[in-house]
Amino acid sequence: AYKRFSELLPKEERENACSARVPKSRILTLPELRANPFQHRICRVFSTSDDGDDSMSFEDFLDMLSVFSDSATSDIKSHYAFRIFDFDDDGTLDRKDLEKLVNCLTGQGEESRLSNAEMEQLIQNILEESDIDKDGTINLSEFQHVVSRSPDFASSFKIVL
Amino acid sequence: RDCQQADIKHLSGWKQWKRSSSKSLKKVLDEVKELLSYLELWRHDIHSIEGKFGTGIQSYFSFLRFLVLLNFIIFILMFSFVTLPSIISKYGIFNSSFAKTPPENIEPHCTVYKPSGNKGLVYFYTYLKDLLSGTGFLEGTSLFYGYYTIDAAWLSVLRYNLPLAYLLATFAYLALSLLWIIKRSVEGFKQNLVHHEDQFQSYCNKVFAGWDFCITDPNAARLKHRSLQYELQTDLEEERLKQKIADRTMKEKLRIYSLRIFINVIVIAVLSGCFYSIYRATVFSQENSNDVSNTNFQANLLVQYLPSMVITLANFIAPQIFSFLIRFEDYSPAFEIRLTLMRCVFVRLANIGVLLFSLWSQISYCATSKCKACGYNYELYPCWESEVGKEMYKLMIFDFIIILAVTLFVDFPRKLLVTHCSCKPIQWCGLQEFGISDNVLEIVYGQTICWIGTFFSPLLPAIATIKYFIIFYVKKVSLIHTCKTAARPIRASSSNFFFLVVLLIGLVLAFIPLGISIAHIPSSKACGPFRSFNTSWAVVPATVLGFPTGLQQVLHGIASEAFAVPFFMVICLIMFYFIALAGAHKRVVEQLREQLVMEGRDKLFLIRKITEAQRH
Repeated sequence: AYKRFSELLPKEERENACSARVPKSRILTLPELRANPFQHRICRVFSTSDDGDDSMSFEDFLDMLSVFSDSATSDIKSHYAFRIFDFDDDGTLDRKDLEKLVNCLTGQGEESRLSNAEMEQLIQNILEESDIDKDGTINLSEFQHVVSRSPDFASSFKIVL
Repeated sequence: RDCQQADIKHLSGWKQWKRSSSKSLKKVLDEVKELLSYLELWRHDIHSIEGKFGTGIQSYFSFLRFLVLLNFIIFILMFSFVTLPSIISKYGIFNSSFAKTPPENIEPHCTVYKPSGNKGLVYFYTYLKDLLSGTGFLEGTSLFYGYYTIDAAWLSVLRYNLPLAYLLATFAYLALSLLWIIKRSVEGFKQNLVHHEDQFQSYCNKVFAGWDFCITDPNAARLKHRSLQYELQTDLEEERLKQKIADRTMKEKLRIYSLRIFINVIVIAVLSGCFYSIYRATVFSQENSNDVSNTNFQANLLVQYLPSMVITLANFIAPQIFSFLIRFEDYSPAFEIRLTLMRCVFVRLANIGVLLFSLWSQISYCATSKCKACGYNYELYPCWESEVGKEMYKLMIFDFIIILAVTLFVDFPRKLLVTHCSCKPIQWCGLQEFGISDNVLEIVYGQTICWIGTFFSPLLPAIATIKYFIIFYVKKVSLIHTCKTAARPIRASSSNFFFLVVLLIGLVLAFIPLGISIAHIPSSKACGPFRSFNTSWAVVPATVLGFPTGLQQVLHGIASEAFAVPFFMVICLIMFYFIALAGAHKRVVEQLREQLVMEGRDKLFLIRKITEAQRH
C-alpha cells in the first residue's frame, strides 16, 4: 500500500511520503477509484485536511483501505457507507440525498437517468422499506439495520488493492 | 485503525500472540487460495469476458467449464473401471486373460453377431461415413458396448467381475453428477430464496449495495451502470404491472384465462407435431439404414442422420413459435421469460425421449416366436445396445457440427454484412445478441445425450469433453467478434441457479431411459458383458447371492417393505419438522420487525414529551 501511495506523489516528495498530502486530483487517478461514481464523496469523507481541499495523507489512505478491506466489520463499513451516501453532510439521508445516490448509480449521461415518476416511485419504495420512524429521512441506525439484512453489501463494499 | 491500535495496547501478551498468529495464518491461507486459483482452467479468459460483457455471460462460460470438468471426470471413471481392464485382458498384458462363457439356456440364434468391419478394398469415403455414423470399423472398437463381450477377466490372479463393474460405474457416474450439481446449486438456491423471501427489502439492497466497489475498468463500470438502471426500471415496472393485474375486472380475467388455455392447447399441438415427426423419422431411418445395398454415400449418410436433423429443426422452430405465442398471454416480463424457457427445455429434452422411445419400439417389436425367445428383434438388432450407442454418438457429432456451422456460416457473415452493407433491412436486423438461454439449452441438451449415451458407449464422455473444450473457444471468439453488448444485462446469481436447475432436469430425464434399458429390456445375448443375464440389472442379485448369508439377509432386509415404509415415514416427519421450524422463524422475524417499529414510535413520543416539558 505504501508503494501505491508513494507512486501518486511527484518525484521530489517521495522521501517524506509519510507526512506529505496528495491532492485530490492525483488520488482520483487510482484505478480503483477511477471508475467509481462515489469517488468525490470518498475523498471528502476520508480526507482529514483542514482547508477542505480533500487532499489525503498516508494515514487517510490507510484508513480508506482498511475500511474497504475484507477484515473490516460490517458495523464500520455501514458507518462509512452512510457518510459517503450523505451528500449534504447533514447526518441523515433525505430525499435529495437519495435522488443524487440513484443518479450516481445509473450513470452520468442524460439518457441513463430515471424519469421523474420512476424516481418518485423508487424513493417512495426505499423510504417505505427502511424508514422505521416514518420521518421521511433515514438516520444512521435505520441505515445500519437495512444494510445488515442486505446480502450483497459485504461483498460489494470492498476494494482490493 | 486507531481504535484497533488502542485495543492492542490493552491486551495481554497471550492475546497479542494469538491475534498476530491468526493474522499470519489468514495471510498464508489467502496466498494458498491465490496459488490454487492459478490452476483453474481458463481463469484469465473468463475474467476478461466478465469485464467486457457482464456477469450473466460470464456465468455461461463458467458453466461450460464446469461441464468440461464433469465430463472429464466421468470419462476417467468409465475408462479406469471398464475400458482399461477390458483392453488389458484382451491383449493379455500382465498375464491377464478373459473368459467368454457362452450363455446357457439361450437359443443359439440369439447369439449370432458379426459386426461388419470393412473387408477388402473399400472407397475412402467409407471410412468417413463410418466415422460420422459409427458403423463399419468403429462398431467393433471399444467405443461401443459390443466390444465389452467379456464375462470375467483375470488380471494375474485377481478375478475382475466386469459386468458388475460396468453397471456400478454407470451408477457411480450418475450419482457423481447428481451430487456435484446439487452441491453447486445449493449456493445459488440459498441466494435465490433470500432474494424471494426478502421481496420487501429488494430496493434498499439494490440501491445501497448495488455498486460493486471493485470495478476498475471503465467499460465494466458502464456495463454496471446500465445493468443497475435496467434492474431498477424493471422492478418498478413489475410493481406497476402487479398493480394493474390486481385492478383487473372479472370480465377481463375471464377473457385472459380463456386465451391462455387456448394458447396452451396450441403449444401442446406443436409439441405433438414435433414428437410425431421425430418418431416417423427414426422409424424411417432405422428401416432404410439396414438396407446394405444402398451404396450412395450421401443418401446413406442423410438417412443415418435423419433423426438428428429432425430433432435439430424441431429444437430451432419450436422456441421461435413459443416466444411468438407468449406475447398474447399477457404475463409479467419475468414470468414470460421463465415460461418460454421452461417450454423450450421441455421440447429439447422430450425430443430425445421420443427418439429413444421410437428406437425401443423398433427393437422390441417381435412378431415371430423365435424373436420372442430372445426378447428383442434379434435379426435387425443382434446387439441393440450398440445401436442405441450409435444413435447417441450420431446425435452428439451432429450437434457439434451444427454449432460450428452456425457460428461459421451465420454469425460471421452477419457481422460482415452489417459492417459493410448499409441497406435498411440489414441494419434493422443488426448484430446478434449473445442469447444466453438458447446457448445454455444447447449445451444442456448435449450433456443429456452424453449421460444417456455413456452406458451404451463408454468412451462418449471423452468426445463430449473435447467437444465442449472446442465449443468454449468457438463461442468465445464468436462473442468477442460478432456480438453486440446486451441491452438487457442479466443477473448472475439467478442465472447460475437456473442453469443448474435445467441441468438437473436433464439428468433426471436421463435416469428414465437408462432405468428402463437396464432393468426392463432384455440385454442382448450376442454381445456385451450382460450376455448371461436376463436384463442388465440381473447381475446385482446374482452377485448378492454370492455373499455370505448374514450379509445377504441384511441386504434383503434393506430392500424389503418392512424397512422402506418406516424409513419413508421418518423422512416425512423430518421434513414436516423443518417446514414448521421455517414457519416459526418467519413469525419471529415478523414480531421483531413490529417491535422495531414500536421502538421508533416510542422514541418519537418521548422526544415530543421532552420538548413539551422543556417548554413549560
